[in-house]
Amino acid sequence: MKVIDARGLSCPEPVVLTSQAMASKEDAYQVLVDNNASKENVTRYAEHQGYKVAISEADGEYTLDITK
Amino acid sequence: METEVKLTKLASCAGCGAKVGAGTLVKLLEGFKSHTDPRLIVGFDKSDDASVYLLDDNTALVQTTDFFPPIVDDPYLFGQIAATNAISDVYAMGGEPKLALNLMCVSDQMDKKTVQEILRGGYDKAYEAGVIITGGHTINGAEPIYGLAVSGFVHPQKVLTNSGARPGDVLILTKPLGVGVLTTSAKAGMVDKSVMDRIYAQMATLNKTARDIMVEYDVHSCTDVTGFALLGHSFEMAQGSNCTIHIEVEKIPYHKEAYELSEMGFIPAGAYRNREYAQAGVTVKGDIPRAMQDLLYDPQTSGGLLIALPAEQAEECLARMQEKIPQARIIGYVTEPVDNWICLE
Repeated sequence: MKVIDARGLSCPEPVVLTSQAMASKEDAYQVLVDNNASKENVTRYAEHQGYKVAISEADGEYTLDITK
Repeated sequence: METEVKLTKLASCAGCGAKVGAGTLVKLLEGFKSHTDPRLIVGFDKSDDASVYLLDDNTALVQTTDFFPPIVDDPYLFGQIAATNAISDVYAMGGEPKLALNLMCVSDQMDKKTVQEILRGGYDKAYEAGVIITGGHTINGAEPIYGLAVSGFVHPQKVLTNSGARPGDVLILTKPLGVGVLTTSAKAGMVDKSVMDRIYAQMATLNKTARDIMVEYDVHSCTDVTGFALLGHSFEMAQGSNCTIHIEVEKIPYHKEAYELSEMGFIPAGAYRNREYAQAGVTVKGDIPRAMQDLLYDPQTSGGLLIALPAEQAEECLARMQEKIPQARIIGYVTEPVDNWICLE
């Protein structure tokens, strides 16, 4: 599974990285972000592409598990 | 003109998206000792657009300032947009701007020509507004910043605050939404140049025409829709006026291109700060898509005026505005407090 580390980046970069990675059209990706806006934006992007998103949070960092 | 160093690359966040969140500002000002003066008509107690100070029976002074990092790479356009945005606060109070001072921060990576073009943009836009820039202050810093401190005048009986809306009023919005989403998307190369040219032109359009028409009607309240977005500014107006603002979402003017980009998550961080600040005061009635709601929280750089005036005058006022501002729309109405501060319908 592809892991996209977008921690330390601000919008729109996490969505750009995610969209580039998701061009491979795999069944699952994991995206790491460290702020609310990036979490929300990557979620919107993945859902727009027809994926489901499960979010977990630890110490202010979010792990987004993106699956078909 | 485009310069070799891209201005927006020198900024960590752009335009009114750089504004400190309304919720954060409220906390920063908590317990702050404010002084009063009988001549001070509008102070900072109601989060208004500008301060207003009585000079004599017929004249009050309006003062405001606004500045931000580059929202566009063209320095002349950046100067124009920053000036348009700063001057707008005087229009939002119903006033006429007259004098301004430059506020500027230059970084080492900016050449002389770039700095001059920003200033020229500001001067030209100020002149169009009937404003003379008489000086200013420039410092060195990590990121470019430009804006103005603006003074204007208004008749003391005709001051338009953001807390005067009354039940029976109708709301007019004079510029379409989506500027924050589109400028964020442009950073990712997601927007055609022709679309961005339209957005830049909108941001560089003075609210002068809207103001000049609105003051001929019995307007009760006005604010400009900028960094806190339509819902943040509506929230302040509703609270300040002790009324409920009903927003008829299908009537809201917005840039179509911004809608899909909003669905795709090209939303500025400021929109989420605005949502945190205002959403407890917003009741959503019916099925309003998330992307549309995101646009209602989208920070607008140099946005339009939000005007509350009696329903019986609104159609005529709007018709006159639309002759020169075709995208102006009636977007809602005001009632006695019901349910919540804002109802999205």
